[in-house]
Amino acid sequence: MEAFADFWATYSTLIFTVGIHALLALSLWLTLSCGLLSLANAAFMGIGAYTAALLTLHLHWPFPMVLVAGALAPAAVALVIGAPTLRLSGVYLAMATLAFGEVTRILVLNLEITGGPEGLNGIPLLTTWWHILLILAAAGFALARLRRSRMGRAFEAIREDEVAARMMGIDVEGHKLAAFTLGAILAGLAGALNAHSTFFISPREYGFENAVDILTMTILGGISSLIGPVLGATILTLLPELLRFLHAYRLAVNGLILIGVVLFLPTGLWDSRRLRQLVGAWRTRREGKP
Amino acid sequence: MSMLSIRGVGKHFGGLQVLQDVNIEVPGGAIFALIGPNGAGKTTVFNLVTGLLRPSSGSISFQGQDLAGIAPHRITRLGIARTFQNIRLFPDMTLLQNVMVGRHHLTSYNGVAALFALPSFREAERRSRERALELLSWVKLDHKAEATADNLSYGEQRKLEFARALATEPKLLLLDEPVAGMNSSEKAVLMEEIRNIRDRGYGVFLIEHDMRFVMNLCDRVAVLNFGRIIAEGAPEEIRNSPEVIEAYLGRGDEAEVLP
Repeated sequence: MEAFADFWATYSTLIFTVGIHALLALSLWLTLSCGLLSLANAAFMGIGAYTAALLTLHLHWPFPMVLVAGALAPAAVALVIGAPTLRLSGVYLAMATLAFGEVTRILVLNLEITGGPEGLNGIPLLTTWWHILLILAAAGFALARLRRSRMGRAFEAIREDEVAARMMGIDVEGHKLAAFTLGAILAGLAGALNAHSTFFISPREYGFENAVDILTMTILGGISSLIGPVLGATILTLLPELLRFLHAYRLAVNGLILIGVVLFLPTGLWDSRRLRQLVGAWRTRREGKP
Repeated sequence: MSMLSIRGVGKHFGGLQVLQDVNIEVPGGAIFALIGPNGAGKTTVFNLVTGLLRPSSGSISFQGQDLAGIAPHRITRLGIARTFQNIRLFPDMTLLQNVMVGRHHLTSYNGVAALFALPSFREAERRSRERALELLSWVKLDHKAEATADNLSYGEQRKLEFARALATEPKLLLLDEPVAGMNSSEKAVLMEEIRNIRDRGYGVFLIEHDMRFVMNLCDRVAVLNFGRIIAEGAPEEIRNSPEVIEAYLGRGDEAEVLP
């Protein structure tokens, strides 16, 4: 029991981070599942974090309501900026959402209410492990159900061939906006949870690097199923810690591992189709040998 | 009374005039073909009808309703479905899922029902799946329902595209070169499928190069050359029209060989 207490004292922050990163990776998975390469999710996370922190600090809202507001604020922003930007596709959408992220960061950096470059201090530590676990499980469940519904099929169809999807009677623009907004809700939740587990937030935490980190986690894990993003988030969060013994070289090795994965497993670590084939091949080989 | 009316339609891309004063009346419950040499503007006609492009002039109406300014997915919901010259399936989805995508607007339930698999969700999904399987059986692909679309042969992909288009429950089916790249036995099979579709009450509007295929199959034919309709009538009339022979048949092999 004491050993567990020691372990928890040392690693609870890391475990919280894994959970929040997993939620972020799922938020981007949702956006990517509709074929949208968006780099806005870090900014949505930031909007969620700041909204939640300000409501707690100034208005003393109860935590569940703070979480709801932290999810809805970026969703409202996503609805507004989605309409013009989602006409773009591929790298052009990536560039537009990247610009949105920078605008958001600079806005937060210069506003008075957000504390400018110093950020917000003294946010009460309201996030507990079960908040993260519950929200992560709920998000995973909802996304798993979504995949099996007409909306999930429409997202997949749009990702595979937008024109054909349109010709099947699917409202492509509406679905893209839905994917973008639902992704913003998950990212906002991750932000609100993050703000209340770190005591302090600043604009630096929601910039370009974080947008790329989220993308890397999701792609590394693979987007063919929901397991991939969670796996990618876990690995990318734990890897720098596990490589701590390398001291100054750890980020370099971290990068090399990433390059290796992208080169040799371009569909990500968890590719359900490849895994099925591997299992199938293994079974036939075993049955072939008497 | 015609089902689809294309009246005085012109289309230009910048200075390039692709279609000029095109008038086509497509009847319901029949097979209507639009033929013409490569680059005559046939696929552009389909893109205008389905709303992917907007006409520069003229009007298009379907069952009396003007299609100007209607979004493509709404045109599909009015009852026009199409296939593509260069097959556009959803390659990583199963055959069943491909066809079920076509049933998108006909499958309705709310988010809560989907989230908790409530009876309304299960019932709507079951009906959608059954209809999808029925359509797959029409084109004899039901035994492969769970395979992914990229595992199909070329001819099978065409047939899956048919089934997927029919899943939107259209009144008019637009087929863009349905037998392109097929051998003669595959063509015969597909011709039979198209007749079956017409006999089930659908209107069929198709674009084709293969003259023999068109003459054997179609009830009415229009000929497009350099963006203009040069002849329209029953297959025998077209076969004997000197203008058509000069513009289209007279060019012999080279028109047939080019993709």
